[in-house]
Amino acid sequence: MKPLIQKLTETFSPSGYENAIRAVIRAEIEPLVDELRVDALGNLIARKGTKTAGGKRIMLAAHMDEIGLMATHIDENGFIRFTGIGGIRPTALNGSRVRFVSGVPGVIGTDRITDPTKAPTLEQCFIDVGAASRKDCPVKVGDVCGFERPFLDLKKRLVAKSMDDRIACAVLIETLRQVKQSPHELYFVFTTQEEVGVRGASTSAFGIDPDLGLAVDVTATGDTPRCLKMEVALGKGPAVKVKDAGMLADPRVVAWMIRSAEKAGIPCQREVLEGGTTDARAIQLTRSGVPVGCLSIPCRYVHTPSEMVDHDDVLNAVKLLKALLSKAVTL
Amino acid sequence: MPELLPFLKELISLPGLSGYEDPAASLIEARWKPLVHQLSRSRVGSVHGLRRGSGPEPRPAILLSAHMDAIGLMVTGIVDGFLRLTNVGGVDPRVLPGQRVFVHASGAGARTLPAVIAQPPARLLPPDLGDGPVPLEHLLADTGLAPGRVRSLVHVGDLVSYASEPVELAGGMLSGHTLDNRVSVAAVSACLEELQNRPHAWDVWAVASVQEEVGLIGAYTSTFQIHPDAVIAIDVTFAKGPGSTDWQTVPIGEGPSLCVGPNIHPALHKGLKDLAEKLEIPVLMEYAPRHTGTDAFAAQVTAEGIPTALIGIPLRYMHTPVELVSVKDIQRAGRLMAEFIASLEPDFINKITWED
Amino acid sequence: MPLIGNAQLKLLERLSNASAVSGDEGEVRQIVLEAVRPLCDTVKVDALGNVLAVRQAATRRPGGKAPLKVMLTAHMDEIGFMLVAEDGEGLYRFETVGGIDLRQLVGKSVLVGREHKPGVIGARPIHLTSPEDRRRTIALDTLRIDLGTGGKAAPGERAVFATRYQRSGDLLFCKAIDDRIGVATLIELLKAPPAQIDLLVAFTVQEENGLRGAKVAAHALDPDVGIAVDSTPALDLPAWDGEENVAYNVHLGQGPAIYIADGSTLCDPRLVRFFHATAEAEKIPCQFRQPGGGGTDAGAIHKARAGIPSLSISVPHRYGHTAVSLARLDDWKNTLALLHAGLQRLTPAVLAGERR
Repeated sequence: MKPLIQKLTETFSPSGYENAIRAVIRAEIEPLVDELRVDALGNLIARKGTKTAGGKRIMLAAHMDEIGLMATHIDENGFIRFTGIGGIRPTALNGSRVRFVSGVPGVIGTDRITDPTKAPTLEQCFIDVGAASRKDCPVKVGDVCGFERPFLDLKKRLVAKSMDDRIACAVLIETLRQVKQSPHELYFVFTTQEEVGVRGASTSAFGIDPDLGLAVDVTATGDTPRCLKMEVALGKGPAVKVKDAGMLADPRVVAWMIRSAEKAGIPCQREVLEGGTTDARAIQLTRSGVPVGCLSIPCRYVHTPSEMVDHDDVLNAVKLLKALLSKAVTL
Repeated sequence: MPELLPFLKELISLPGLSGYEDPAASLIEARWKPLVHQLSRSRVGSVHGLRRGSGPEPRPAILLSAHMDAIGLMVTGIVDGFLRLTNVGGVDPRVLPGQRVFVHASGAGARTLPAVIAQPPARLLPPDLGDGPVPLEHLLADTGLAPGRVRSLVHVGDLVSYASEPVELAGGMLSGHTLDNRVSVAAVSACLEELQNRPHAWDVWAVASVQEEVGLIGAYTSTFQIHPDAVIAIDVTFAKGPGSTDWQTVPIGEGPSLCVGPNIHPALHKGLKDLAEKLEIPVLMEYAPRHTGTDAFAAQVTAEGIPTALIGIPLRYMHTPVELVSVKDIQRAGRLMAEFIASLEPDFINKITWED
Repeated sequence: MPLIGNAQLKLLERLSNASAVSGDEGEVRQIVLEAVRPLCDTVKVDALGNVLAVRQAATRRPGGKAPLKVMLTAHMDEIGFMLVAEDGEGLYRFETVGGIDLRQLVGKSVLVGREHKPGVIGARPIHLTSPEDRRRTIALDTLRIDLGTGGKAAPGERAVFATRYQRSGDLLFCKAIDDRIGVATLIELLKAPPAQIDLLVAFTVQEENGLRGAKVAAHALDPDVGIAVDSTPALDLPAWDGEENVAYNVHLGQGPAIYIADGSTLCDPRLVRFFHATAEAEKIPCQFRQPGGGGTDAGAIHKARAGIPSLSISVPHRYGHTAVSLARLDDWKNTLALLHAGLQRLTPAVLAGERR
């Protein structure tokens, strides 16, 4: 899966500007599915199979957008002031490199920092694309960029920008390849605008009207020095979400996921995340309500340009999804 | 008519935390079964009871939304046999030290473990805390069991609920945890009972909704599914009491409140108010200039928009384990809803406008 | 050999559930008198309310010398509250009695007065607090005991946490373990007294208010040896930052805690060695309490009259001076066993040499 992960994470597609990543994913999955469409918010919706006796309409969601920056002003010397798209961490900005969707690269600098112990605010940062003046600057107000950071293969561990949530896109693509038999009508949805408020999942779920929803996303870990207190760790298997700050997973779905993992001998961990949420929240609230769960890929350094996952966790996530989708479900 | 108080005491003694309402839902279903014509659960677990009206088809329907979920805690980690916690819904960590709780252990032979919330001694806390409140991240639940035993019984994600028992106080008052919002479920039950002997043209959907405390999930989804013509949300409201005397608060024991604000349809509000006056049911006015923080907020904007009203039951010490309510206010709220429903003409909804 | 069975647990339950704030120990005193009167040669209630119960030696020492007089104390009083002013409508201002962390008050049920009138201590709802508010401990003068709008009490009445005794296997969850477990222990020792010593048992008052009862009891009983039997906090929780806990005081489950030194007493080393040796000989698990602050009745006893060799032995428990303490049955059993074995073996020879 590594080449696929590299291809997905090296594509630039901040929220609302998912064209490039949609094209990459579409090319991967087109031959594998029965139906493919793009809805009004740009969600890529792939159907595989139809509902048979005992089957359900299941929506799987992995968001294909990533956090990024958007130009708000080009000053007369060609420096670009910007705002964040999604949850930008100012501590990770200074010295970072970015690439605009148009392909233009740049670096982030800051105003004079008087207190070096404090992270600069977004307002104190600017992007320098090497332009000498406003006229000379190839970037216009409203242009968006993502962080530039090449994929890094540490064998067991993989590092890249936008592992959140391209790693889940890779998991869904690989699952699509591997699921041969399913009683379910499966919708693999590569959603948009998750990072700005789970917007794509909300409309795609309304359109699909699923019986059951599963988001696949990354989650934080508690396995680095002096970090957040959390029991999830890299390498202990994908995590079955019980709760995050925006959603309580349906207990029947949690039980089903854990039972299936245990039965198939796939390692997994239980997750309670105290900040952030996923597409599952939006799916849960759709129409008359949908039982939802979330399969999480443990990920260190989320929302920095160097997000790290464990390769085995990724493979086990595919295995677990395959196990979940191959059999009938009774909640 | 079965007594309200024993039912309410039994109801608040069940956990039913947000997302895990089943224990409360089962008791509510048993209570409502003889009172409604049809009973079901939504896909996310809200209880829907339909009591059909006598009007000609297609009959208009009114939805009574009372959330049944409880706030509480959830295990996030285990350290030396002690449990780290996060909140489910709005919990002020300052009410937690020294509380008796139940840990709903899901490990082998799932069982309920008594425990207590421990505030570790100062030497074991960050030195800068001083004698200030201890944040939830440093509080622990202690089952008293050996670490190995805890590891085998308790999992991350297990629920922790308050264990304190309901207490009857002087002046017809009841104190306990989770009165928010099981009192409103009791009021809806009282309303359904009242309607047994009253003809009503409209269909009545009694809804015990889920996950109000974490984002009004039940209200959004049940209102969408049932698609009623009007909604009355019923929830607790802030009663005046020690530490709470400002404009958001109403007196306790002087009747339910009727809310005024952008979430509330003025004509529906007026209908309830006029009727209360006519029947001499005491009611109070409550003002919510923005967000009511209740099911009414969600119901109003469901589908093409639904006229919505909000009845409040005054409650002291909301979201503490010693919430306090006047039983009389619950009965009055139940009666007011029943009278209002019985008074609804089949074409009521066509006659009302936002400008009253 | 005294054992702890259902009757003993039943007695502990009664003692724990009784209200006896320092200065108002009557309810526990009645239980104690009822239990010890049939067992003792003399039983007296002194000017402060201490119960002084004496059971004389069954055997005489060779040469007709008077038996060793051993005084045991356990305090009857507990921490709690006193109502100090009335606000009307069943609301009362209150003060704390004994060392209570103000962060332990909010959200608890209480029982007021000798009739155990139920009340609650609530707080402003979290919805109406700012993040700023939540960083501050809620001040005592903003809290009230709420008896319900019809509630009536008088300033001067005492209140205790309403926690009712609960046993779960080997675990005891209840209030006032400190020091009802000591009281229950001494009652058992009076039932099975060592033959060779005069057993002078003082069930003391006002320990939590400065060891005041023990001071006069020791003077009156004028013993050769004094042993305070109390309950000491196990602070054996994990540290917030994962560092080793080096200030645990004692560990729950590791048996009776023998004191070497606390804030009020440097225990008699001969007695420390003697009881520790007894535990080893009898294979009774025991531990030393970490030397440090705090104090027991021994602090008053050892300074009475011309000085009395004194020791403290405590049952470990967690979360003392809060609404719910947690103790292990095994620790209690081992404490009783150690005291019993020690008293059986105690002779004047133990104290024959100089203190060293």
